[in-house]
Amino acid sequence: MATLSRIEVEHVAHLARLGLGDEELTRLEGQLNHILEQYAILARLDTDAIPPTAQTIELENILREDEPRPSLPREAVLVNSAETDGGFIIVPAILGSDAT
Amino acid sequence: MAAALRAGETSSRELVEAHLATAERQNPALNAWLTLDHEGAPAAADEADRTVAHARRAGPAALDALDPLFGLPVALKDLVSVSGGQCTAGSRILAGYVAPYDAHITERLRAAGAIVLGKTNMDEFAMGSSTEHSAWGPTANPWALDRVPGGSSGGSASAVASCHAPFGIGTDTGGSIRQPAALTGIVGMKPTYGRVSRYGIVAFASSLDQIGPFGRDVRDAAALLHAIAGRDERDSTSAPIDVPDALCALPDDDEAASALRGKRLGLPREYFVAGMEPGVEARIREAVAALEAAGATVEDVSLPHTEYGLATYYIVAPAEASANLARYDGIRYGPRLGDGDTLANYLRTRGEGFGAEVKRRIMLGTYALSAGYYDAYYLKAQKVRTLIKGDFDALFGEGFDALVAPTSPTVAFPFGARLADPVSMYLSDACTLPVNMAGLPGVSIPCGLSEGLPVGLQLIGPAWSELELFRLARGYEAITADVNWRALEPAELALADDPATPSPAERVAVHA
Repeated sequence: MATLSRIEVEHVAHLARLGLGDEELTRLEGQLNHILEQYAILARLDTDAIPPTAQTIELENILREDEPRPSLPREAVLVNSAETDGGFIIVPAILGSDAT
Repeated sequence: MAAALRAGETSSRELVEAHLATAERQNPALNAWLTLDHEGAPAAADEADRTVAHARRAGPAALDALDPLFGLPVALKDLVSVSGGQCTAGSRILAGYVAPYDAHITERLRAAGAIVLGKTNMDEFAMGSSTEHSAWGPTANPWALDRVPGGSSGGSASAVASCHAPFGIGTDTGGSIRQPAALTGIVGMKPTYGRVSRYGIVAFASSLDQIGPFGRDVRDAAALLHAIAGRDERDSTSAPIDVPDALCALPDDDEAASALRGKRLGLPREYFVAGMEPGVEARIREAVAALEAAGATVEDVSLPHTEYGLATYYIVAPAEASANLARYDGIRYGPRLGDGDTLANYLRTRGEGFGAEVKRRIMLGTYALSAGYYDAYYLKAQKVRTLIKGDFDALFGEGFDALVAPTSPTVAFPFGARLADPVSMYLSDACTLPVNMAGLPGVSIPCGLSEGLPVGLQLIGPAWSELELFRLARGYEAITADVNWRALEPAELALADDPATPSPAERVAVHA
């Protein structure tokens, strides 16, 4: 199976929105490749005709009536945000930045 | 305790205060608890005492109607929401978070009259097998204070093993209830996927996570499962399957042993893995001999895809975790780090908020799901998962009542022993994680000591067979009721009473 280069490690860290230092990236490169080596064992199995299992109990399409019900108290939820104002959560501007 | 409470020989208030005092005194040496509720727990106990007094006046039927947990303390892993309290999941990124509501199981425990004593330590986001990956420091094993209690539910396991609470709640994604139960010498069950609602629980890997009970004996663990199990419409994966009341009425010793007679048990040869300690294998073989002597037949069987379990698990679980943990962005809850730019804030909040193991798994999962690799990793792993589940289905289809296996290939290991090599830590769960992949119930029960440390025997059953597993476990407990190790208290628990005993964090610093 594939091995991860330093550039790929940096790319995956970016996809995962993890800000990592040089030392951490170097350590992860070694550890992730060691773990990926363990995955190679799966290549021994021919699974072309095997269906995937995403969950193990035979439940599907659990539906309920769409009835209005009280939501959580606004104060109890907003108290957890770093910045709020009058019932709103304040976030940094998105438009006009390169963060899209 | 339950009988003394009903007889009026003690009160819930007395029990709760005594447990709180012991936990408070011993916690510096154990770090099993992150919080102890010195206000709420005694108040809830007073309320329970008023109900018991009322029931006593109403007559024996009213006392009998009380849940077995009524008025007794329970320890909650710190990923279970309790309204108005902390819920850190062992992570810095949830520091300061205040849960706005009760989890389903918190509601159920309150309804049963159980008293929530506090929140217990855990590996960050339940990722780990030693509780060393907690942002709040490691937890010690009361059998040997320089060793881990297992994980990720190591705080609850250590607290129950130390008699700080008779009941404890854990979660098990790859072994996180059964392995710490084995390493601390108590009973722990991972129920069938879908048995217990996860509403209000911090998610790790949603196709694998399941909540379950710890107890010091089989009957306690079964009664706790009874209290929390069942359908809840707020978790669409919780199944509309009846929860048998017989979980609260497991038999006494004389009758319990008869549950083993005529049972057909399988001993999967692949679970005696390379790296298994001889002392652990010896205890498991002795337990098998005892089960046979009690009238069960034990046959060697094969689960041929076991060797693929570890790789499969370490694709599926991190992939699901990377999606679940995307929500920790510093916007709605948790600390927000950075100076204003959205992307820079995300990178810093997550880069500094998550610990090393969590970041490792987010990286693995993000990679396994990323464009061009999905088929090679995640889809492939889901297909192998079908084969692993098929191994179990085939044996239960042949008529085996349950499988017997070690819970952990080793006894509790010293702090630091597996931190440097993540793969060696992952191997701790080689005997437990296939059960999660297949969605089956498994219970770990104590079966003796090796080098003075507890060994766990694992019983694995078909879906929804928790009652049958507990009856078998109770049977084993009954036929070994008189063995000398059952009467032992954890070997180094008394040291935890000495204020001069170093904390787990201090012990780790010495090893480092």
